[in-house]
This record gives sequence, structure tokens and C-alpha cells, in this order.
Amino acid sequence: MIEHLDPWPFINGAYGISVLFLAGTALLTWRRLRQAAKRLAQTEAS
Amino acid sequence: MQSMHSAGERTARGNLSGRKQAGWLHYFANPGRFARFARPILPWLGAVSALLVVIGIVWGYAFAPADFQQGNAARIMYVHVPAAWVSMSGYAMLALCSFFSLVWRHPLADIAAEEIGPVGAGFTFICLVSGALWGRPTWGTYWVWDARLTSVLILFFLYLGHIALVRGFESRERGYRAGAILALAGVVNLPIIVFSVQWWNTLHQGNSFSLSGSSIYPSMLYPLLVATLGFYLCFLTLVLARVLAAIMERKTSSLLLANAERDA
Repeated sequence: MIEHLDPWPFINGAYGISVLFLAGTALLTWRRLRQAAKRLAQTEAS
Repeated sequence: MQSMHSAGERTARGNLSGRKQAGWLHYFANPGRFARFARPILPWLGAVSALLVVIGIVWGYAFAPADFQQGNAARIMYVHVPAAWVSMSGYAMLALCSFFSLVWRHPLADIAAEEIGPVGAGFTFICLVSGALWGRPTWGTYWVWDARLTSVLILFFLYLGHIALVRGFESRERGYRAGAILALAGVVNLPIIVFSVQWWNTLHQGNSFSLSGSSIYPSMLYPLLVATLGFYLCFLTLVLARVLAAIMERKTSSLLLANAERDA
């Protein structure tokens, strides 16, 4: 028999980790892209 | 004579069309040309994907109806299912890039395959974790070694293997070749994931989507489709941005090397 649990901590956990992953990877990717563009511009200028 | 002539013309036209298609493929396979094409698209793609993900997630979390059997626990579907579809499609894209890399040796295919790996692994991780969190209140356990769960775990390991192989060699070329072979061999896992719920008795539910339609009620289907489109565009945005960054990093490295050689 399955014990009845409050599902909300599990729902919040699933949404929380998904949002953290999407926001985190977006932020890291944006930083990498900006740094790559900056370094390329510096190298081309020198 | 007439029919032979027509057949010859048809073949010639077919060859020309095939060459045009291949030409289009080779045209965008140039990393510099691809970067010029992709750079203006990226901000728009990012904005649309963020908007769709927010709408899909908020709709599923707060406004979609609860399931008549599972209650509110079914809301996990709005992140779990899109992550699962993206993780499988991402692997198919990885395998396609690997095929292009092995057959035509396109440098862009190598870069794309290298950059798809970590993003795909991330979405597969989200699929596994959200699935485990869905399993606990509905099945009474976070994990069972059933065919669907195990095959998705193998997909995650295939992604990790590809990431390690591509970066694990002194020679970049050798890493790309080894990674491409692993990616193509791992394609066999995709139909196993899809049909696992039909081939074996699994705790995981059967497929809700088939060629004949969907078994999901529209009030739950629409937020799921919006979230799925958002996740797909988000995946594309992340991969495109990573490919652009990689192209710029390589260009910087080659410029620095050329400068160093000139100064020496």
C-alpha cells in the first residue's frame, strides 16, 4: 500500500531544480559568450 | 528514345537538386559563415524561449487542472515530459552531427556535437530528478530498475561518455572521432527508451502520444505543448550560444598563435 504524501514538496522540488538548471545554464552560457566576444575583440585589436 | 531522354533529364535534375541540397549544407558548415548567420537570431530565440518556458511552467504549476487520479503530483509532468523529449531529441541531434562529422569532416559538426553534449546531459539530469520526485508520491519510491528509467539513465551515461571522450584525447581530432562513434552506437538506445513501455512491463506509464493523437485532455495538453516548445527553443538557444562562443574562442586561439609565430 502506498503511503499518502503531501505532493507539494515534490512538485516544488521538481520545478525548483528545473528553473535553477535553466536559469543557471543560461547565465553561464551568456557569460561565456560575452567573455569569448570580448577576448576576440581584444585579440583582433592588438 | 523519348522515355530514355526524359529519364536522363530526370536523373540530371535529381543530381542537381541533390547537389543544391548538399551545397546548402556545406555553405552553412563554414563556422565563420554560420556565426554571421546565427548571431542576429540568438537574442530573439532566447527571448521567445524564455517567454514560452515561463508561460508553460507557470500555467502547469498554478493554472492547469489537477489529475483525477494523481491529483497535484501530475503537475511535475510540465517539466518532466519536456525535459525527457528534449534529452532524446538532443541525443538524435548529437548523433546527426557525429554522422556529418564522420562522413564530411565538417568542423562545425564537431563543434556542435561537443557543445550539445553538456546541454543534453543537463536536460537528461532534469528528466531523471523530476521523474524520481514524481515517483515518490505516486509509486511510493524514487527509483525502480524498470526499462524506461534504466534506458534513460543509460542515455545520461552516453552523454557523459561523449563529453569525456571528446575532451579526453591530446589530439582534438581523435577525440571527435571517438565521440562520434560512441554517439552513433548509442542511437540504438533511443527506440529502446520510446518503446520500453510497450516491450516490457514497466512501472512507468505508457506513451500518452502516438501517431493517432494524444490521450491527454486539452486543458492539460496545451500547457504541456507550450512548455515543450519553450524547452526545445531553450535547448536550441543554449546550443547556438555555446557554438558561437566556441567559434570565437577558436578564432582567438588561432589569432594568438599566428601573432606568436609572427613575433618569434
